[in-house]
Amino acid sequence: MQKVAIVGASLAGLAAARALRGQSFTGEIIAIGAERHHPYDRPPLSKDFLTGACTVDDLALSDDEDLGIDWRLGTAATRLDPRRRSIHLADGQEIQVDGVIVATGARARRPAHADGLAGVHTLRTLDDALTLRDELRTTGRLVVIGAGFIGAEVASSARSLGWDVTVVEGLPTPLAGPLGPEMGALCAQLHADHGVRLKTGTPVSALLGSDRIEAVELADGVRLPADLVVAGIGAIPNVEWLDGSGLTVDGGVVTDAAGATGLPTVVATGDCAVSFSPFAGRAVRSEHWTHALDHPATAVATLLGATAPDTGKAPYFWSDQYGVRLQFAGHREPGDTVRIVEGDPEQRSFLAVYERGGHPVAVLGMNQPRLFTRWRRQLRAVPQEA
Amino acid sequence: MLQPVCPLSSIAPGEAYRWETDPPVAIFHTEDGEVFAIDDTCTHQDASLADGWLEGCEVECPLHASKFDLRTGRVDGPPAKKPVRTHRVEVTDGMVHVALSEGAQS
Repeated sequence: MQKVAIVGASLAGLAAARALRGQSFTGEIIAIGAERHHPYDRPPLSKDFLTGACTVDDLALSDDEDLGIDWRLGTAATRLDPRRRSIHLADGQEIQVDGVIVATGARARRPAHADGLAGVHTLRTLDDALTLRDELRTTGRLVVIGAGFIGAEVASSARSLGWDVTVVEGLPTPLAGPLGPEMGALCAQLHADHGVRLKTGTPVSALLGSDRIEAVELADGVRLPADLVVAGIGAIPNVEWLDGSGLTVDGGVVTDAAGATGLPTVVATGDCAVSFSPFAGRAVRSEHWTHALDHPATAVATLLGATAPDTGKAPYFWSDQYGVRLQFAGHREPGDTVRIVEGDPEQRSFLAVYERGGHPVAVLGMNQPRLFTRWRRQLRAVPQEA
Repeated sequence: MLQPVCPLSSIAPGEAYRWETDPPVAIFHTEDGEVFAIDDTCTHQDASLADGWLEGCEVECPLHASKFDLRTGRVDGPPAKKPVRTHRVEVTDGMVHVALSEGAQS
């Protein structure tokens, strides 16, 4: 294999390039990115970047290193042609390669009926964040649609800048999917602690305004006046460009645990891939930063025909909001029990352990990094029944 | 100048001790019985590396997963970009002594 294209120039793409060099690949690496920016760190976009505590330069992921990458930025891949072993780009280029690492990530889901309305934003890219940061320079009434992690972090950042913030969530309990209803409800209390209103259980029915957003209307008829709206309602994998490639796409590029696809010269990793997870016991599309950091090394080994390293580490993510550190590791399923083993939720400092059949399968920490790490390293994948 | 910090017996292998000097220093006792001292605060964000995940001669920041080499202070990957300072350690009569490095913090 002499020439490898990495399609996607964010964390997973950069991690793949590092892994290629780390695994002694000396051939040509072409990295294709739809965004105009070199790889940057997304987690601060909803936090310190919005509040001005960090700058664009601070976000750079790849200074001081020479990986010998041929960057093709600002132009998206539009087609993968396995017969010609080539990738077509939006600017008309066709690049022939021996191997492909698909790391095209995901994009923010847009709220319905937002087209043509100024002041309605999603937050995924640096350009999104630059626009939103500009909007936040004044103050006013912000409605955040979606009380997931991005929504909560944006609410927290805007509140600290003096905005009047309301968070609306269609589900009865925020974060019930990843954290379960009990812990989701506990974490959602952080909003009220900081004077942010949270309205759950009622979906948004309309965005009102002529040129610019004026109000958010809920299904129960309530109208929330808004000078600014940010929607954090999930992400859609960037896989449309693979139509006709022969790859199996089902909510993402389907791979095994090691990133292998149905084509021997193509692997997929990061947010765009649906990969078997020993912790979930099934294929999942992980959107965690740490997955995009760690999994590419496995996918690269698969591409190079080497043995894929298995760290055995549990999935891990964090969220910083309202000055509180939330950390979660493992995988929670409906029916798992959860108990608080340390601390006190009322003090906004506790550790909770999730169990299945008496085995710890996940752990949640609020302002408990030391204890959290101890529990996190004890988590092991639950053996699957054959 | 070597300063006495704590008895080695107070740090179990695989564990760390946070020395509240300024800036704070993390002292690691590896599973292999080696002892290392590095600046305790992650160069990315305010996190105590003594709370991190020690594996061999590397510690992973407890928050955001950057790994630092205890021998060199080097960071292996994002989000941290700058190394931490390392400090010289000597264990004498069961006591851990640390000589703080000169020079600026990252």
